[in-house]
Amino acid sequence: MCGIAGFFGVLPAPAEARITLERMIHTLHHRGPDGYGFHVGSGIGLAHARLSIIDLVSGEQPIHNERSSVWTVFNGEIFNYVELRATLEQQGHRFYTRSDTEVIVHLYEQYGDAFVEHLNGQFAIALWDDERRRLLLARDRAGIRPLFYARAAGSLWFGSEIKSLLTVLPQCATLDPLGLVQTLSYWGPADPDTLFKGVRSLPPGHLLAIADDGSETLTRYWDWSFPPASEHAGKHRVHDSVEQATAELRALLIDAVRLQLRADVPVGAYLSGGLDSSGIVALIRHFTATPVRTFSVAFDDPEFDESAQQAAMVRYLDTDHTTLRCSRRDIGEAFPQLIRHTETPVLRTAAAPLMLLSRRVREEGYKVVLTGEGADEVFGGYDIFKEAKIRRFWAQQPASKFRPKLLGRLYGYLDHSPVASEALAQSFFKRGLEHIDRPIFAHAPRWITSQRALVFLSDELRASLGDWDPLTWYEKRLPADIMSWSPLGRDQYVEAKSLLAAYLLPAQGDRVAMANSVEGRFPYLDHRLIEFSARLPPSWKMRGLTEKYLLRRALAGLLPDEILKRTKQPYRAPDSQSFFFDGKPLDYVADLMGDARIRAAGYFNAARVGRLFDKCRHNRAIGFADNQAFVGILSTMLLDESFLRRSGA
Amino acid sequence: MSSETNVIEAKVRGYILENLMFSSDESELANDASLLERGVIDSTGVLEIILFLEGEFGIEVKASEMLPENFDSVNNMVRFVSRLQGAR
Repeated sequence: MCGIAGFFGVLPAPAEARITLERMIHTLHHRGPDGYGFHVGSGIGLAHARLSIIDLVSGEQPIHNERSSVWTVFNGEIFNYVELRATLEQQGHRFYTRSDTEVIVHLYEQYGDAFVEHLNGQFAIALWDDERRRLLLARDRAGIRPLFYARAAGSLWFGSEIKSLLTVLPQCATLDPLGLVQTLSYWGPADPDTLFKGVRSLPPGHLLAIADDGSETLTRYWDWSFPPASEHAGKHRVHDSVEQATAELRALLIDAVRLQLRADVPVGAYLSGGLDSSGIVALIRHFTATPVRTFSVAFDDPEFDESAQQAAMVRYLDTDHTTLRCSRRDIGEAFPQLIRHTETPVLRTAAAPLMLLSRRVREEGYKVVLTGEGADEVFGGYDIFKEAKIRRFWAQQPASKFRPKLLGRLYGYLDHSPVASEALAQSFFKRGLEHIDRPIFAHAPRWITSQRALVFLSDELRASLGDWDPLTWYEKRLPADIMSWSPLGRDQYVEAKSLLAAYLLPAQGDRVAMANSVEGRFPYLDHRLIEFSARLPPSWKMRGLTEKYLLRRALAGLLPDEILKRTKQPYRAPDSQSFFFDGKPLDYVADLMGDARIRAAGYFNAARVGRLFDKCRHNRAIGFADNQAFVGILSTMLLDESFLRRSGA
Repeated sequence: MSSETNVIEAKVRGYILENLMFSSDESELANDASLLERGVIDSTGVLEIILFLEGEFGIEVKASEMLPENFDSVNNMVRFVSRLQGAR
């Protein structure tokens, strides 16, 4: 786990190249505080900041092959490196370290660009082939580790975080309006777009080759993919029975956890109190010899707090546990630091407590934690999947009085539930039923709600977007055959690409853990599990309105019934309430959301923002839309303060 | 339209413009426009409006009255409030 940076193209003098690399990599110190490494050649520079987890003695990067003709720096973990190394040694490759990194250069020698298909891991890789004078950038399948790049002055520049690029490309410190409206609509920028003009994010599951003449070839080597819906039935079905599928899933889960526990340092786990993280901890407890050390966040506000469930799991699994109590004020005060790490606005504050938790993890001497992230996307756990199922059922008979009543089964955990009034909920969720034949059907209500934040944009910024429509724009990115998939498969795909890859994995995953030099690992996102789940009949994932049915079966016997049968409660934290105390805003909030700063930045309409500010200050913002807009605007202003400047300013 | 109705309308319009549309531009809000269809309110937005109406006009909205036809436009809200006030 680490940070990487570098360039390829027209070089400054070698001495200057080294200084440039040092400037870039020093911005990533938090990702790798255990040492730096560099490789400078003709037209190429690679830099690495190391967080030592595997091979503490000889694992320094960059690492090269036997002839020093292939070099790599990489951020992440190759979990199956033990097996890969054994095979490569049989094929005649010689290793000079014990690290997982070294398998990358030998796999490349053996398989060329297809090397990446052999990796089971979470990674962002830069690989330099000196003989072909070619740079490869690769990113893991789900998008767990970040990798950004930009072109300027005849070179391609890359880095784990955008701040490393801004040290050499200050012209990129300008807000891209498209990245902002994507974030306000989908909760995160849609790769390759970012909030910074000219900076691109390498999409998950992609390989970018840059040739010596500067030409780029972008190849997708993997994607979430689902079979045609017709193949879930009859003779096409992969599994003979649900019992067989359950057994296979449990074996895969055990193996994923076993692989992800590989480390030369102690490994901990997050325990939220829900099914997913409890399942990971139970698998560690029952099927490995790893001591179980767990961590969780607790809130004062009962609407968000799950400490009772956490305590029950700690007792049941007998773990050595640490709870971090997080107040509204903790969140508000940590928020500026959060945005310096996310490098993108966020619509919820939920990442802030996780950043504080990773700090505690590090203070307790741990560098690695396993979490339950990904289970909802892989196994069908989110309310949006249930909501879509009900709305599809309803759309078949729009006049039905009975069908929309099922909506009352959703969102019971909210104080101000959108289904509190049956008739009103029906009229809200009825919006968008006309999109029944579109792949974004499930997400239309969410994106329409989020889009209300666009009313706060300045006239200038709105005008620059023309008639941009979030539904149509996203639809154009989706696979051509997506409508042949099951409805749940479509919804899982859009969720994995939008919320998971654009928000959860970066803002609530990589960035907040790496802020404190902690590596998060996500066993449910082992690609074998994603591929396994994609082949399952939808009814084995969501049975009626019971989410993650097969996962519950696979974990049966390992967890108490109250956890196994518990309905999902999404992880959330107090939003706009975290910035006001007794009607007074935190000082930086008053400054950034004030009329003068909003006007000077130019992104938002100061008068409208002022009204939203007053509403939140008086604690009258009770719905998602207002809270999301407030947090989104505040975090954009923090981004502006930390990184951006206006064009021409 | 009675003067009482005018007062209700002005207060309802003022609240929606200020708190749900974040605007002072009266032309943005037509009295007969569907607020749900226009995306001005979602279902929690309706709860906000109900809290406002109960506090401002001293009425009590029963669960059975939480219907789109009572809250989906300024005109609908004015009619609903007037009816409840008249019934007191």
